[in-house]
Amino acid sequence: MTGAPLIEVEDLRIDLDDGVRRVAAAEGISFRIDRGETFGLVGESGCGKSITALALIGLLRQPLSIGGGVIRFEGREIQHLSAARQRELRGNRIAMIFQEPMTALNPVSPVGRQIAEMFVLHKGKSWREANKLAVEALASVRVPAPERRVNDYPHQLSGGMRQRVMIAIALACGPDLLIADEPTTALDVTVQAEIIELMRNLCAERGTAILMISHDLGLVANVCRRVAVMYAGRIVEERGSADIFRAPSHPYTQGLVASLPRLGSRAALGRTRLKEIAGVVPAITNFPEGCRFNPRCTQATGICRTVAPQTDLLEAGGFVRCYHHA
Amino acid sequence: MKLRANLIIGGALFALAILVGLLAPWLAHTDPVLDANLMNAEEPPSWTWWFGTDDQGRDIYSRVVYGARVSLTVGIVSQLINSVIGVALGLSAGYWGGWWDDFVNGLTNLMLAIPSLIFALAIMAVLGPGLTSLLIALGLTNWSFTCRIARASALSLRSQGYVQAATVLGYGDLRIMITQLLPNMLGPIVVIGTLGMGSAVLSEAALSFLGLGVRPPFPSWGSMLSDAREQITTAPWLSVFPGLAIFLTVLGLNLLGDGLRDILDPQSRSRRT
Repeated sequence: MTGAPLIEVEDLRIDLDDGVRRVAAAEGISFRIDRGETFGLVGESGCGKSITALALIGLLRQPLSIGGGVIRFEGREIQHLSAARQRELRGNRIAMIFQEPMTALNPVSPVGRQIAEMFVLHKGKSWREANKLAVEALASVRVPAPERRVNDYPHQLSGGMRQRVMIAIALACGPDLLIADEPTTALDVTVQAEIIELMRNLCAERGTAILMISHDLGLVANVCRRVAVMYAGRIVEERGSADIFRAPSHPYTQGLVASLPRLGSRAALGRTRLKEIAGVVPAITNFPEGCRFNPRCTQATGICRTVAPQTDLLEAGGFVRCYHHA
Repeated sequence: MKLRANLIIGGALFALAILVGLLAPWLAHTDPVLDANLMNAEEPPSWTWWFGTDDQGRDIYSRVVYGARVSLTVGIVSQLINSVIGVALGLSAGYWGGWWDDFVNGLTNLMLAIPSLIFALAIMAVLGPGLTSLLIALGLTNWSFTCRIARASALSLRSQGYVQAATVLGYGDLRIMITQLLPNMLGPIVVIGTLGMGSAVLSEAALSFLGLGVRPPFPSWGSMLSDAREQITTAPWLSVFPGLAIFLTVLGLNLLGDGLRDILDPQSRSRRT
């Protein structure tokens, strides 16, 4: 795709300030998402993917803060916008859905009202109009009998239904970017597939770009055109999602792909152990020198332990941050 | 069903008190102030004078009925003021945190350190006696518990998914506080409010007893008790009936508060189902 990207992150650094010292919880984060594109951010817990999303919507709170870099939305820098201007973006142009549909809805308010509030808040509609639009929004996420369901409270809905309502709320104002932070982790696998399908279709119809955040490489590669893998606060590899599965380049990504269980592998190869990546993710305050993956890496050499590798562009597109990449 | 008993009895007593206050002109036998007749002074309770008469020959029954107006007005209005102040301070402190939270916390601790009745006395001393100053004095001195509860609720609700979701969806702070936080903390606030009403009725009685409440000759339960003090041995009905009125109203409010807590507290609710 050509033209100005929808959102562009350049060398973003997120600081964690515990009152004693500042450490970078994430640094050198750069990526761009075009209009209508699907982009995935994958990594283990604590690798910095969720705080990257929070930084995008301007919701980093103490002790976290943006320590440097640029975030551009439609070519305009947004990281230093006033709170009021950021609020205009949030929900209206950039929306987000969360991991826990159980808790992301207000328990004392009917779901229709919660959807309608978005139209009142961002589009200046009257409550009467907004309520009508809420029924339509609920219908668009394939909730049966929407005109009755709008009066239901969240506890009357199943987990899948609640996540549909969340999607309806998030997409109510026709945002340009939908950030989905582990949108299906709390759901059953069968419901998960439905929700992902729904989210993808709705966004494709409306030209909404998706930034999907998950620890599930398989899921992300399935939904997204491009995938970035994060490790210990850095993006270590960014590729087209087909490539990343076929030929993972960074040793960490290789480990991730190898650790995925494959359906039918037992029949084909006999009983084998799943591959794992030895060791644990280092703590934020205690990142190793050089490449942050070096203590767990099987290919690490002297330089990996002293100097952090720069990004290497790959011929097939994308980049990797490794001296010994395949 | 046992849990409901205090709710029903408390609600009935409180409703009765309100009804008596509202219907006072029709329920009263005589005018509580003007119908003094020394010929009927200090009559004991009888079929003519249900609660007896005082040393000026005024019908105690009528005065107790009219006294409900003052006591309940003070109880309800001053507690409403307290609730509004307490919720506004506590909710914003819990949600915003930072220096504002420290400030509100300090203020709350200060209020808790000073006995509220003494503080109310001081305010009354400045404002002078009367219904309005009574409302102000009691309305400004009893918000600390509401504030504490509201702050604690806001602190725990702030990290709830739906509050964060609202932030992400572009809700302003005020909108989040009113639409997301307030409805979810209403239960305990209402309970505290009901209990606070009871203590406000008592405080009104205490301040009126000390002569700082409603000016005589208008009746309030506290000032009636105060007037009856000297005749407590010769005409005990003068103190018994206003005392009983205070007792039943406060009892009703406390039972009502307990009953509401049983219903509104999610933990006890889930225990029952």
